[in-house]
Amino acid sequence: MSNVYELKNVYKTYRNDGKEFTALKDVSLNVVEGEIFGIIGMSGAGKSTLVRTLNRLEDVTGGTVEFYGRDLAGLSAGQLRKVRHSISMIFQGFNLLQQRTVIENVEQPLRISGIPRKKRKEIAREMLRVVGLEEKEKVFPARLSGGQRQRVAIARALASDPKVLLCDEATSALDPKITGEILELLQKINRERGLTIIIITHEMSVVEKICDRVAIIDDGELAEIGDVKEVFRQPRSRAARKLVFPANPFDPSSPDGRLIRIVFDGLAANEPFIANLVETTGKKVNILSANTKSVGGIGYGQMVLELPDDKKDQDIIVDFFKKNGLSVSEVELA
Amino acid sequence: MSEYIIEQIKTGVFETLIMTFVSAFIAYAAGLPLGVVLYSTSKGHLLENRVVNGVVGLIVNILRSLPFLILLVLLIPFTRLVTGSSIGTTASIVPLTVGTIPIVARLVESSLCEVQPGIVEAATAMGASPLYIIVHFILPEATPSLIQGAAINVATVLGYSAMAGVIGGGGLGAIALQYGYYRYQETVLWTTVALLVVMVMVIQEAGTILEKRTRKN
Repeated sequence: MSNVYELKNVYKTYRNDGKEFTALKDVSLNVVEGEIFGIIGMSGAGKSTLVRTLNRLEDVTGGTVEFYGRDLAGLSAGQLRKVRHSISMIFQGFNLLQQRTVIENVEQPLRISGIPRKKRKEIAREMLRVVGLEEKEKVFPARLSGGQRQRVAIARALASDPKVLLCDEATSALDPKITGEILELLQKINRERGLTIIIITHEMSVVEKICDRVAIIDDGELAEIGDVKEVFRQPRSRAARKLVFPANPFDPSSPDGRLIRIVFDGLAANEPFIANLVETTGKKVNILSANTKSVGGIGYGQMVLELPDDKKDQDIIVDFFKKNGLSVSEVELA
Repeated sequence: MSEYIIEQIKTGVFETLIMTFVSAFIAYAAGLPLGVVLYSTSKGHLLENRVVNGVVGLIVNILRSLPFLILLVLLIPFTRLVTGSSIGTTASIVPLTVGTIPIVARLVESSLCEVQPGIVEAATAMGASPLYIIVHFILPEATPSLIQGAAINVATVLGYSAMAGVIGGGGLGAIALQYGYYRYQETVLWTTVALLVVMVMVIQEAGTILEKRTRKN
C-alpha cells in the first residue's frame, strides 16, 4: 500500500500585527491508500489548519506535505490546480452554490476541468445516484435538508474522480441520526471505490464509527497516532484520554479513596471479572460509571471503579486486574 | 396646464428615461468590473493587492464624495470633448455616467462581499483559477443582490438626472426648474415631482420583483 500523504515536520505559524501564533508544531504523519484516516482534536487544536495544508489552502511555514511523493509546496499555481482535481473536499457548511441546481453544483468540478456538457451531465447523474439523490437533480440546495445538502456536496466531491476525500467537520452541523447516515455513505464509498478518506472531527463517535487509524491533535501538536482500536484500548496521551473517556463526574468519597479506570476489549468483555475479583480476593469495589460500545466491530468498554481506602487492598485489586489482562489507569480528577 | 407644457412634460419624461437608462447602463458596464476589482483585491480575497485596491478605492472615494452638482460643472470641458456640446440630453449622459460609476463599484463590491467565503474556499479546493471563481462562482451567487443594487443605481441616476437640468440638461428636471421654479408654476413643479416619484417607485419595485424571482435561497 502506498502513501497518499506523507507529512514531515510540518509547522504553520500565522503572523498577525506582529504577533505570532503557531497553529501546527512539528506534525509528522502518513496516510495510506484506501484507509479512512481520522484527525481529531478539540476546537482550536489546529486540525482544520492541518487539513488545509493537505490541498494547500494553507501554505506550511516549515516541513513538507507530500501527496503521492510530490511536495505540494513545490508546485506552480497551474500544477497545484491540476493536483487539486484529485483532492476533493467537503465542509461543515456544505458550501454549495445556492443559485444553482443540485446537478449544476455536482457538475462544477467537471466544468473546471473542461469536460464537455453531455459527459458532465452523465457523470453528475451517476454521482447523484451514488448518494441517493437522483430525483433531486433540478432542485435548488435551499430546498434540501442538511443531510441532503451534504450528500450533494459528496456527489460533487466524487465527480472529479479524486484520489482522496478530505472531510472538514462534515457531520458537525448534522443531528446524530443524519450523521450516522452520512458516515455510512462515506464508508460505503471507501469500500466500493477504494477511496482514501481523511476525516477531521471533534467527535470521538465519528472516529470510532468509521476510521481505521486516527491522529490526535492537541494544541497544534500530534499527541498520538495509531489504529483506532489501539487508541481506544490504551490511549497513551492525555489528550487522547480526554477524548476517549467521558469526564468522570465523581470524586472519591473519602480522601484516601482511589479511582481507577479499567478498560476491556472484545476478549475481556465476556468475563464476569468484578464477580471474579470478589470471589478470588474477597475485596469489594464500587462501580462509579461504566459503558461499552462497538469500535470497528469489537466490543469495547471501560469502567470507573472506586477502591477501598486501605492501601494494601488497593494494590491487591489492581494486581488482580492486571493479571487478568485488563488495562488499569488512574482517573484524572477534574 | 397648457397643451404646450403637457407636450413639454411628455418629451421630458422621454428624455429623462433615455438619460437615466443609457447612463445607468454605461455606468454599470464600467462599475461592475471596478467593483470586482475592489472586491477581489481587498484583504483576504482572491487577488489581494494593496496597491491596486488602494488606488482604485481612492479614485472611487474621491468621485463619490464630490457633490453631483459640482461634478456636473467640473466635467463640462470633458463633456464638450465627448459629445461636442455641454447642454442637452446627450450631454447630460456624460456626467451622469461618470458620477454613477463609483456608486455602482461600491454597490457591486458590497454585493460580492455577501457571498459566503466558504464558496470561494470550495471552488479553490476544486482547482478553479481566481478568474474562474469570480465568473462562475462569485458572480452567479451574488446575482440576486447585484440586481437589487442595479435597481438602486437606476433610481439614483434618475434623481441625478433632474439635477442636470440646472446646467442645461434636458428632461423633467429642466422643466421643473424652468416652469416650476423660475416661473412659479406650481402645478408644473408638482406634476414633474409626482412623475419622478412614480418613476423611482416603478424602477425600485421592478428591481425587487426581479431579485425575488432570481433568488433561489
